[in-house]
Amino acid sequence: MIRMIRRDRASRPMAVSAPLIALGAAIAFNLILFLAMGKDAGAVFYALLLEPFLSWSGFSEVLLKTGPLLLIAQGLAIGFRAKVFNIGAEGQFILGAICASIIPVYFPQATGGWIWPAMLLLGALGGALWAVVPAFWRVRLNANEILVTLMMSLIAVQVLNYLLLGPWKDPMGFNFPQSVMFQYDAMIPILIPGTRVNVSLLLALLSAVLAWAYMQRSFGGYQFLVGGLAPKAAAYAGFSESRAIWLSLLIGGFAAGLAGAAEVAGPIGQLQRSISTGYGYAAIIVAYLGGLHPIGIVVSALFMAALYIGGDNAMVSADLPVAAVRVFQGSLLVFYLAAITLVRYRVVFGKRGSA
Amino acid sequence: MTGIDFILGGMLAAATPFLLAALGELVVERAGVLNLGIEGLMALGAVIAFIVVYHGGGHVAAFAAAALAGVVLSLVFGWLALGLRANQVAVGLAIGILGQGLSSLIGNSYESLTITGLPKLSVPVLSGLPLIGGLFSQDAVVWLTLAATLGIWAMFRFSRLGLILRAVGENPHAARAIGYRVIALRLWAVMFGGAMAGLAGAYAATVYTPLWADGMIAGRGWIALALVVFGTWLTGRIFFGACLFGAVSLAGLVAQTQNWPVPSQLLSSLPYIVTIVVLGIITANKRLLKINGVASLGEPF
Repeated sequence: MIRMIRRDRASRPMAVSAPLIALGAAIAFNLILFLAMGKDAGAVFYALLLEPFLSWSGFSEVLLKTGPLLLIAQGLAIGFRAKVFNIGAEGQFILGAICASIIPVYFPQATGGWIWPAMLLLGALGGALWAVVPAFWRVRLNANEILVTLMMSLIAVQVLNYLLLGPWKDPMGFNFPQSVMFQYDAMIPILIPGTRVNVSLLLALLSAVLAWAYMQRSFGGYQFLVGGLAPKAAAYAGFSESRAIWLSLLIGGFAAGLAGAAEVAGPIGQLQRSISTGYGYAAIIVAYLGGLHPIGIVVSALFMAALYIGGDNAMVSADLPVAAVRVFQGSLLVFYLAAITLVRYRVVFGKRGSA
Repeated sequence: MTGIDFILGGMLAAATPFLLAALGELVVERAGVLNLGIEGLMALGAVIAFIVVYHGGGHVAAFAAAALAGVVLSLVFGWLALGLRANQVAVGLAIGILGQGLSSLIGNSYESLTITGLPKLSVPVLSGLPLIGGLFSQDAVVWLTLAATLGIWAMFRFSRLGLILRAVGENPHAARAIGYRVIALRLWAVMFGGAMAGLAGAYAATVYTPLWADGMIAGRGWIALALVVFGTWLTGRIFFGACLFGAVSLAGLVAQTQNWPVPSQLLSSLPYIVTIVVLGIITANKRLLKINGVASLGEPF
């Protein structure tokens, strides 16, 4: 007989080890999957989990992917802790990329050091703007933000397609659905010479510090937490629920928009269809895997970024379909959600009553 | 063929994936559980059914396999959300991501392949009527889905099971006090929802558009979730909502063939825009939600 008994207080060692337990379980589950697919599981796991950390060039690519995941996940986690479920970061990311592209698309000859910062700002505002609709719908119309943010993401994809197939298509681009290549000044300066890692990584790290200061050290962040854990207590204390919803969604949209802008003004250098490889959805996993804690998210963002790079490696070296990485990510979240129940409950083996 | 009879004739078929998934979710939510993983369950059902038909297994086996796949994945949801009392929103999202990942992994080598759908079965005389005749010429699955709609309506309206499910969703503690096994009933509801979502995916990939393309569910699972809210947890209203969405998605096709001066992307986004607008209109009426809503929805027991 196995039973679960509620702990008197949440277990901190379990909170820290839950992601590791989840990782172990996910590896075991995917091992079976890879073997069933007839892949060389050893080679797959080497490419997926170790190779990204073994060379400097590989690791610099990991850092490059860490930026957007970290930014988006920090924004989302603030909302998740207040039980505001923005799952439309993908759309906010796309809008950020679109709004940032306004400058290089309409002023391709413009020069000056102001261009890339202006693009980042425009992108962040664009992402926040895309989150205004779900915020308004939730606060004023009582509509579930999960559905509205997701619908806004699906619409954002169509807006992107419209621009790339229509008015923003590069006339010299052989009819490919992509914009012009951005000019030099529209690109974010490189941070680490010899790599593609740019200054936006610092912004992502700054977001972690800000999120930590806000959520762990400020009264505003405390109001968020209470609102998420005990809505009635929060209402009794006079904490505004509307304010928490507006802030959660606007911060989430702002961060995702900034990430989208940094992607087009960084490694991609133009607006194209494949600007996001599911960052907006992967960031949901990053946020949970990091325990919705600003520091934990830094670690989980780095890990998920490595998984992306490892997936690319495994595609080449072990003929692994890209979708396998998505399955790995999904199973990781499933196992994590199972593992964190151990934080609040302890498992007891033995007869009823003997505990 | 003019636009209107095209929309009337195709509306029910276009509505069927929405309707099947939404009916399943209706039962789940009536029992007090919120499963947000419908999109992933549909995607998994779709790819499994497609593969069965592609290898000559036929549609019956394909739908059965898709329902089974939906049940298996929804059991994972049940284990986490009901067994371990994890946050239902997070678990639903996780199942959605996992299901979509699995579907694109399994369907990897079937991308862009096509199969044959199902023939239409017509009601004699009625299907010959002008304008509305198309309504009476549908494939077998549409007819069965209509029957299922009626069945679920009758279950909630007249049967003891319907009452028990609603009691479990309204006040699980009271339901347990009078001797019902809340977790077991909720698990059955979740499995039913998983099977229905699997069938919905199967219809989308083997009958409605008999081909496999990664991401082909394209938000229909999420719209089905919205439909349950639009329908304020009532079977009849969910049916009409699904028909509305069927018609809206066809209106986009009509507009494209008639060369309306509207970007095709706007027409593709139409179902999503309509979802947002209708959702706002319905939920703004808090009284309506309070009367028909499920009191313990999404709360672990």
